[in-house]
Amino acid sequence: MKSLQELAAIREKMKGKVNLREGSNDIRVVVGMATCGIAAGARPVLNAFVEAVEKEGLTDKVTVSQTGCIGICQYEPVVEIFEAGKEKVTYVKMTAEKALEVVEKHLKGGNAVLEYTIANNK
Amino acid sequence: MKELSLNILDIAQNSVKAKASLIEIEIDETDEKLTIIIRDNGCGISKEILEGVTNPFYTTRTTRNVGLGIPLLKDACEQTGGSFEIKSQQKNEENLISGTEVRASFFKNHLDFTPLGDTVSTVTTLIQGSPDIDFIFSHNKCGSKVFLSTLEMREVLGEIPLNSFEVIKWAGDCLKEQYQDIVK
Ligand SMILES: Nc1ncnc2c1ncn2[C@@H]1O[C@H](COP(=O)(O)OP(=O)(O)OP(=O)(O)O)[C@@H](O)[C@H]1O
Ligand SMILES: [Mg+2]
Repeated sequence: MKSLQELAAIREKMKGKVNLREGSNDIRVVVGMATCGIAAGARPVLNAFVEAVEKEGLTDKVTVSQTGCIGICQYEPVVEIFEAGKEKVTYVKMTAEKALEVVEKHLKGGNAVLEYTIANNK
Repeated sequence: MKELSLNILDIAQNSVKAKASLIEIEIDETDEKLTIIIRDNGCGISKEILEGVTNPFYTTRTTRNVGLGIPLLKDACEQTGGSFEIKSQQKNEENLISGTEVRASFFKNHLDFTPLGDTVSTVTTLIQGSPDIDFIFSHNKCGSKVFLSTLEMREVLGEIPLNSFEVIKWAGDCLKEQYQDIVK
């Protein structure tokens, strides 16, 4: 079994990095995780974002968080992206694959994937 | 829901909304039966709401007037011939503690039994979303046990937040390794 010693090693590795991270996040990815979202597949979408943001080294810039019902259940899983000074982008009917594409093109590349936004799915 | 682990995630989100500081998830499994217990120390449910809560046309939510989470779990267990129970307590003059316990039992061999699915992902998703809440997860299966407590993790981690990627990954791997031992 994974030991708590391993966890202690993680703590040692991360000490000092914690304060540096705070406040420097300027993009927020918010995944709707109410009943409607979970039933439609929000859990793998969230996990895809969490893993891809880490893998692409974006953790200093991007936070991934969860919220309740966004109020547009028929479009779940819904993901909202907030960035200072920019208009909110709402992605609908998301999947883990689409999430990876959004990380690559939007979070890394700076261009929203218009195809998956609510405006193009009405 | 496709997997019971998704119902567990959803019911635990009710506990998060109820401002619980500790949420316990227990799964007890034998060859025939699977029981899920989700217990929290949140604000509790009033008598009036508790009466309507298993009815899908009841919810306190403002964005949509149908609460689905509890009715979905109730249906999932009752369609296997199992039983559903919810107990809740709010604070008042006599009661200093509040909380809610949801208990759902399933008959695994029934045709309409929904598989449990990825419980590991449910636990890591909960920790990722609510790093300041404590979770105690246990899955007892025919004498073996899978267990994770964020109280223990927090003691080791000190000020390191539980939703750090490395920590979530450790928690997931820790559970996966224990599940491998159960399967053997
Ligand atoms: N653990 C809990 N603690 C306090 N109140 C609860 C708890 N679980 C449920 N409730 C109350 O019962 C109501 C119904 O819950 P239910 O999960 O069925 O629907 P919902 O959460 O309102 O909406 P949905 O689950 O469809 O997103 C909630 O709105 C809440 O008021
Ligand atoms: Mg709910």
